[in-house]
Amino acid sequence: MDFTLKIWRQDSANAQGSMKDYKVTDISSDTSFLEMLDVLNQQLIEKGEDVIAFDNDCREGVCGMCSLYINGEAHGPKKLVTTCQLYMRSFKDGQTIYIEPFRADAFPIVKDLVVDRSAFERIQQAGGYNSFDTGSAEDANNILIDKETAAAAFDSAECIGCGACVATCKNSSAMLFVSAKVSQFALLPQGRIEATSRVLNMVKQMDEEGFGNCTNTGACEVECPKGISLENIARMNREYLAASLKG
Amino acid sequence: MAKLDSKIPEGPIEKKWENYKAHTNLVNPSNRRKIDIIIIGSGLAGGAAAATLGEAGYNVKVFYFQDSPRRAHSIAAQGGINASKNYQNDNDSDYRLFYDTVKGGDYRGREENVYRLAQLSGNIIDQCVAQGVPFAREYGGTLANRSFGGAQVSRTFYASGATGQQLLLGAYSSMNRQIKAGSVKSYNRHEMLDVVIVDGKARGIIARNLITGKIERFGAHAVVVASGGYGNVFYLSTNAMNCNVTAAWKIYKKGAFFANPCYTQIHPTCIPVSGEHQSKLTLMSESLRNDGRIWVPKHKEDVEAIREGKLKPTEIPEENRDYYLERRYPAFGNLVPRDVASRAAKERCDAGFGVNKAGYAVYLDFADAISRLGVETVKERYGNLFDMYQNITGDDPYKTPMMIYPASHYTMGGTWVDYETMTTVPGLYAIGEANFSDHGANRLGASSLMQCLCDGYFVLPATIANYLSGDIHTGSIDTSSAEFDKAANGVQELIDKIFAINGTKSVDYFHRKLGKVMWDKVGLARNEKGLKEAIEEIKEIRAAFWNDVRVPGKANQFNNELEKAIRVADFLELAELMAIDALNRKESCGAHYREESVEPDGPQKGEAKRNDKEYTYVAAWEYMGEGKEPKLHKEPLTFNAIELKQRNYK
Amino acid sequence: MSGILSSSLARKYAMALSAFFLIFFLLIHVSVNLLSVFSEDAFNTASHFMGTNPLIQFIMQPILIFGVVFHFVMGFVLELKNKSARSVKYVKNNGAANATWMSRNMIYSGLAILAFIVLHFIDFWIPEINTKYIHGDTSGLLQNGEGLRYFEELHLKFSNPLRVGAYVLAFVFLALHLLHGFQSAFQSMGMNNKYTKSFKKWTKGYAIIVPLLFIIIALFHFFNQ
Repeated sequence: MDFTLKIWRQDSANAQGSMKDYKVTDISSDTSFLEMLDVLNQQLIEKGEDVIAFDNDCREGVCGMCSLYINGEAHGPKKLVTTCQLYMRSFKDGQTIYIEPFRADAFPIVKDLVVDRSAFERIQQAGGYNSFDTGSAEDANNILIDKETAAAAFDSAECIGCGACVATCKNSSAMLFVSAKVSQFALLPQGRIEATSRVLNMVKQMDEEGFGNCTNTGACEVECPKGISLENIARMNREYLAASLKG
Repeated sequence: MAKLDSKIPEGPIEKKWENYKAHTNLVNPSNRRKIDIIIIGSGLAGGAAAATLGEAGYNVKVFYFQDSPRRAHSIAAQGGINASKNYQNDNDSDYRLFYDTVKGGDYRGREENVYRLAQLSGNIIDQCVAQGVPFAREYGGTLANRSFGGAQVSRTFYASGATGQQLLLGAYSSMNRQIKAGSVKSYNRHEMLDVVIVDGKARGIIARNLITGKIERFGAHAVVVASGGYGNVFYLSTNAMNCNVTAAWKIYKKGAFFANPCYTQIHPTCIPVSGEHQSKLTLMSESLRNDGRIWVPKHKEDVEAIREGKLKPTEIPEENRDYYLERRYPAFGNLVPRDVASRAAKERCDAGFGVNKAGYAVYLDFADAISRLGVETVKERYGNLFDMYQNITGDDPYKTPMMIYPASHYTMGGTWVDYETMTTVPGLYAIGEANFSDHGANRLGASSLMQCLCDGYFVLPATIANYLSGDIHTGSIDTSSAEFDKAANGVQELIDKIFAINGTKSVDYFHRKLGKVMWDKVGLARNEKGLKEAIEEIKEIRAAFWNDVRVPGKANQFNNELEKAIRVADFLELAELMAIDALNRKESCGAHYREESVEPDGPQKGEAKRNDKEYTYVAAWEYMGEGKEPKLHKEPLTFNAIELKQRNYK
Repeated sequence: MSGILSSSLARKYAMALSAFFLIFFLLIHVSVNLLSVFSEDAFNTASHFMGTNPLIQFIMQPILIFGVVFHFVMGFVLELKNKSARSVKYVKNNGAANATWMSRNMIYSGLAILAFIVLHFIDFWIPEINTKYIHGDTSGLLQNGEGLRYFEELHLKFSNPLRVGAYVLAFVFLALHLLHGFQSAFQSMGMNNKYTKSFKKWTKGYAIIVPLLFIIIALFHFFNQ
């Protein structure tokens, strides 16, 4: 398969960026999207040009490192996968593919397609944990949790922190990400103890990071590679309301 | 450092850890804040250690090359974590977990370490549940378990097929709490490129800021390496793209011995290689072997027909299938340890029964499980793995058997450490996959998560004080000393040297070449001739690399090619040590299979044969300088709590 | 944004609550208007009650105006804030791949409704205020004193095809706005559970039926001139 690629190039955070055209040829349909970029980078090295910088690590869809806004969608056209799990069979031979970084002012560009998602770190640090010290836990089976609740908490906890929700949202809102973490703890009895302060602090940090407001378009849920549900946002809304009234 | 002292505490094996803790030196809470600890790596071991040491009140600095600690490759572990809770009432105990682990490791692990691991395993689960890790549950609300390879009990705790992710996020959350509290400082996109030794003690590191390219210095009273394994030496592996040996290799070159580098695990259930541009191999959790049955066709003509696409695997009748693991190992069947399963797959494929076009794949079939349990149950247990498989290959495993093949997955070898997880350099520690200690020559499934968390939450935090108690009056480490200058200059020279080559080939080109040599000659099966050839070939590739590699871009900016070049340069050195170690160990043990060392006859004919008389030792290699042969130190292994015998899974 | 509306979630609740209030108002408005289709007298009586009852005139009406203004101002503020959260736009963005047109264009359907409200005020509300509070005629009677004036006024307004056309168009935008807005308000208030599916249908029904009734009423008067 052959492709024309239009890729965002930007040398550093403060440099001016622009879309540049590239061509790749003879790509097998079983090649993953990132492997296709690897091939392009090999060509660039041979030509003596600087490679296209993009984040990636596990290449099995779970580390959350890879990003990319491909043809107008976070992680490309295929649903429920990260870019590293996107294969070229999802594209048509000869197609033009736009590749841009995840865009939000809260995710400044580092280089080319690499962005800085440390805003997510600070949100997690604001309350995404249970406060207890190693070694002080009671026997695990002393806390009984029904199967459905455990499964629901797992579904929320599956978030990989890639930032596709922010990249996709027309408002650059981080609500799906934050609500997934809030939900995981809100569902579990171990997490209820700090539920009030957690949701207040995490939302406060989210707002300080400059993410936009959620307008319930639902785009995040559709583009989330892990299928994190909008239910999480509703749950966070409830939790926050209750927490605010509690004070 | 002529003699290795593993510092095993006194007393019977089940009392050793207690005795150790009762008599070790401590640092009182008010002194802890005067002490700095550097941790390299933010995975299960590093993250757990950072959180726990932060809680204790030390000043912790944690370094990792990704943008977030949550990206560490521990996150990709799928199947589960072992613990001897005996919640299933199936006669599990600390001893049984210990026994299974030592046996699974083919009697090449240190039994005292393994016993401690088993003793602490239960506490890990308690810890994780309290953190909010959403483990799978039974209807009654208790924790669920599954069984795993190499064990006859159900002791594996899991969170769907994403156990590693959930455990890592648990450690990450605890670490975040300490970052918020100020006791842990987190350095993302920083790669450790050297350790600084002052007066024989580890006193800091040199790291490259991967965004600005700046070479930075950090001082500390102790340095902990938790940088994972070196499976990427094979180029194609189940490791993440950026997993590397660099931290472990830099400390090796500064005096930390490297133990058993030839013990590399090849995981039996990975998606086979499909194309020339393939950058990594994807693991399908070993838990699949609980319900999946592994087979190849009995007859060559069926194999041919399948390869040509004329026959579908579902069309082959039962009597024409060879369930070779069930046939060869009736007691354990499809749940034999990983090394056994991998070699059996290779044996069938080498004999011409491989079922994909290239001839390097076997079937993992769920048809029986689906008819026995129903699609819903199978979906519940393995749904996400099936989806992943279908996404990558385009085949639906509910309808047709999966195709799998072994791939490089885990490295049991690593930095030599004593009972306290300290390396041969005082003040320098290695934990998690980066060290060598617990899994012997082969790791059982669901034991890696256990060991990483055990080291990070419980072992290191309890042992590091013994050393740090001598440092309460040291004061903060001066990073402008001559030792720091020298190390920082060395890093700068390395980078300059790489850019100066300005050759014609990419880093990946050399890495691929190295990977092929390693897979063919230092992979699943090894022999003297191949290993000797490998050593020569590695040397050639290394020379070519230093002559012809091209790294584009600049040093003072984000430059992934430069990062890769530094890492591959280290792999090119490590690879040779692996081959040397494999050559030295003229026995088959665990994952290390020497074709010269097999059972000559009897019911075990053709199975791997250990040589306990000559090789019951840990091979710890000391770096002697560039171009010089490394020096072998032997740590004899003694087994008092367990009888040394040939593994038998038949 | 400061004080009570400083958090993004508080703003969300505020939008949702004002939306609920306006949705409730629409229901009353359409009910009263519907009477005009069936009975001139009933419509006149209801209109007179609405137009003269002090509770409605001096308490509910200001609240309503405040609600409308608040919802609009807040909507615009949010839009500006949200737009500024991504100062460099995507070169290629495929919004249709993951969200409905309605949900992505609330600001435009909202603007259309705002324009309509201006027209609507000029048509009805300003003349009403003028009659009642400037001229002081709160009798509600026609100029000739024969019966109540409300139906006549309404009927007459819908004689102009341009006006009818504008109203119909505005109600289409109202429907689009409500199609996303109504269920969105429930989500904002934290409702998303096993009942959500049927609730969504219910809100969709409202979003289509209420504007449709308004359209029918306008057309009814236009064709019965």
